[in-house]
Amino acid sequence: MPLKDNPFFGRRLPEVREPNFAGKLFAIEGADGSGRSTQIGMLSQWLEANGYAVRHMGLRRSNLVSEELEEAKQGNVLTHTTMSLFYATDFFDQLVHEIIPALRAGLIVLADRYIYTLMARDLVRGADRAWTRNMYSPALVPDAVFYFRVSAAQLVERNFQKNSTLDYWESGMDLGLSRDMFSSFVKFQRMLQNEFQKMQKEYGFEVINGNSRVETIQRELRKKIGGLLGIGAALQKQNLFPLGSEPIP
Amino acid sequence: MVTPKRNYSGKLLAVEGLDGSGKSTQIYLVKRWLELEGYRVFFTEWNSSILVKKSTTKGKKRQLLTPTTFSLIHATDFADRYERQILPLLRAGYLVLCDRYIFTALARDAVRGVDREWVEQLYSFAVHPDITFYFRVPLETSLNRILEGRPALKYHEAGLDMGWSTDPYESFRIFQGKVFAEYESMREKFGFTAIDASEEIHIQQAKVRNLIREKIDLPAFRRRPCH
Repeated sequence: MPLKDNPFFGRRLPEVREPNFAGKLFAIEGADGSGRSTQIGMLSQWLEANGYAVRHMGLRRSNLVSEELEEAKQGNVLTHTTMSLFYATDFFDQLVHEIIPALRAGLIVLADRYIYTLMARDLVRGADRAWTRNMYSPALVPDAVFYFRVSAAQLVERNFQKNSTLDYWESGMDLGLSRDMFSSFVKFQRMLQNEFQKMQKEYGFEVINGNSRVETIQRELRKKIGGLLGIGAALQKQNLFPLGSEPIP
Repeated sequence: MVTPKRNYSGKLLAVEGLDGSGKSTQIYLVKRWLELEGYRVFFTEWNSSILVKKSTTKGKKRQLLTPTTFSLIHATDFADRYERQILPLLRAGYLVLCDRYIFTALARDAVRGVDREWVEQLYSFAVHPDITFYFRVPLETSLNRILEGRPALKYHEAGLDMGWSTDPYESFRIFQGKVFAEYESMREKFGFTAIDASEEIHIQQAKVRNLIREKIDLPAFRRRPCH
């Protein structure tokens, strides 16, 4: 579903009178530890090197509610519907105040997670499908969605490498799947993957094998994004190394 | 659309109406009456979740809210109160009194240009009240009651975010007029019980109490004696 045909998933966003956007919106989806931020960092550098201005968005980054969401998460006091709505508030605040102006101005917006993660989490937590879809239906349809698929085992390893601990929420501990955090994490991530699988076709995700090498994934992303922006094959090969690991000349 | 289960023994009473319709006074009197008669009563107000309040206050103060986020943050506030108080108390067999309910949101959000069906679905997790008292007052009367003392109107309260007028009083008039039209259009659809809010307070209250007695088996809500 390209942005141009129908800019919204369903209902019109009242803040947008004329949905004409010069920029492009790309969403990267995947669990924590699936390599999203590394890839987004590399993509941004490459786009900027080619003269494209880049803007980022992600979860819990709005001016309006990010602090309060963080606080509520720490205290573990949110019930499910409240949490869903709070996240939706955070999402739409960024969409209206950051993303739409950026797209109007012709920027490339890279979303480090988008509505799909939010919807998958809601659904796994027992939300009604029609209700969740309705809530996000005034969101903008991205020009492409890349879903990083990583096996649960690989995710565990990467999370331990990064933090040496599993995150309470990423383990779905609030769901009472298991009192053992490790099994809860694995179960929860599998449930999320199932939801993503259901969404894959419907929303036309580009599925990326997140177990691949960093350079392989980056090459794939550049090919697709470069194609949409008209950045030729030669320029897609520039500096194909993860940030901070460029070979010293 | 979610259809919430009505698996509870409590009763839900809500008051709705324009600012200045006197609905808060009326629900307060209902609360006092039921408490003094010894019934299990819980009262909750619009926009009062402690958890969400910080964000709402900040959003309003810094004028960060747009129609969509205004709608969502109020829905968040409502959901918090609904899931932690309203629903558990209904299940515990309480008479739950709400000063404003989802209809306030449906009216205000529609006025702000938000898709009506979208908001309606957003709030579809909430059960509808057993009685929704709609305090109906001519627009001019409610405007006069509010504006008489030339109070300092808040930005969103006056609808200044919509840019209809830069004069807060003029903007408030336009806003309230539109909200009034929304209430009127919801009356039948949601089965509001209209009360003529231009009558004397105690007359209105007597009518309200009668309607409650008729519709609700009050003795079933008597507080259980403590041993």
